[in-house]
Amino acid sequence: MYCSVVRHQNTRGLRSQLKDSVPVTGMGPQVGAYGVQDTLRSGFSSVKNELLPSHALELSEKNFQLNQDKMNFSNLRNIQGLHAPLKLQMEYRAARQIQRLPFLQSSHLALDTLKGNDESISFEDILNDPAQSEMMGEPHIMVEYKLGMM
Amino acid sequence: MATLSVCQPQLGGFSFENCKRNAVLEAEVTKLGCNVPSARKTGTTICGVVFKDGIVLGADTRATEGMIVADKNCSKIHYISPNIYCCGAGTAADTEMTTQIISSNLELHSLSTSRLPRVATANRMLKQMLFRYQGHIGAALVLGGVDCNGPHLYSIYPHGSTDKLPYVTMGSGSLAAMAVFEDRYKQDMEEEDAKRLVRDAIAAGIFNDLGSGSNIDLCVITKGRVDYLRPHDMANKKGVRSQRLIRPVYAYKQGTTGVLTKSVIKLDLEVVEETVQTMDTS
Repeated sequence: MYCSVVRHQNTRGLRSQLKDSVPVTGMGPQVGAYGVQDTLRSGFSSVKNELLPSHALELSEKNFQLNQDKMNFSNLRNIQGLHAPLKLQMEYRAARQIQRLPFLQSSHLALDTLKGNDESISFEDILNDPAQSEMMGEPHIMVEYKLGMM
Repeated sequence: MATLSVCQPQLGGFSFENCKRNAVLEAEVTKLGCNVPSARKTGTTICGVVFKDGIVLGADTRATEGMIVADKNCSKIHYISPNIYCCGAGTAADTEMTTQIISSNLELHSLSTSRLPRVATANRMLKQMLFRYQGHIGAALVLGGVDCNGPHLYSIYPHGSTDKLPYVTMGSGSLAAMAVFEDRYKQDMEEEDAKRLVRDAIAAGIFNDLGSGSNIDLCVITKGRVDYLRPHDMANKKGVRSQRLIRPVYAYKQGTTGVLTKSVIKLDLEVVEETVQTMDTS
């Protein structure tokens, strides 16, 4: 049942695209639909938990891949012109669509090959492998979040 | 628990979920006066030297856990690639994992370039990874190897800075070892001289630093040949207990106890009766 590939991107609302971008301040109150704390999805709020990261590396690690990509793309734009990062980002978007539904494990093989992750090993592959995580996401909510319906 | 797994799939890598809880626990424990268990470090002496045809790396073999020796014979010279080896000081797990990750990455890289890996590649990979984690990964490394451009020796600090030098030392015994190097290092040494110099430097670290001890391991890397000498020299040998384990023999040397006086009393016995009994041997 859940083997179908999620192909249509048009149903993604603008808000869902904002969720994937680099946040300016990593720690902020998780606002829900009406501008208030979304207790159902992000738990009880605590000012102390949200103002400071729990570890010095937490913010930098959360955004590491995005920051690396930004840096590489801007270098590429300065060296080769605008067409180079545009083409690459188009390929990334196409490869990112090849996956199973969000609560299932997809291999991201095309995306990894494009990014060069198939030729390197780092802590993301060894520690905390999402394929072996003990908790599963709630299927309905994850699909709704991905399609931007939430 | 209700947060990330609900909307987005979990990513791999380090998870900082328990950091706040750990900070609170540590504060509570220190209030009670106990100590949080510390990570196993390798409070070490490691060093390397460039000689005429290649590199000699040396390391001691003691791993400490606070004030206790956790491992009397641990191996601190790690394999990175057939022509590159790396000594590690600092937190034992960090050096172990870091060198294994870099070794895997170098293997993949050399498979895709189909060339023998270079020491500068390993150095750059290590320094970029250590800088990414801002020194929280406590691995101080001495990286040495021989590649197409000759022998190279680097020292890499936990925050990600590196030095390319003809002789380097790291670890808690590094000052003692560096003193030996500064005194006797010469350019273009022979292999035997280089091995003796490294052995003496590590011995200086072992005998003058509490965090280093036990044996001396050496690794000689030249073009096309690697000699991993483990142990090269057993500087601190444990005493041998006596062989009998079930009922130990307390053999004392003659003259252990001094004799003060000696008196001999003869017992007078007279023969009363004499009988012969034959044995039945049928």
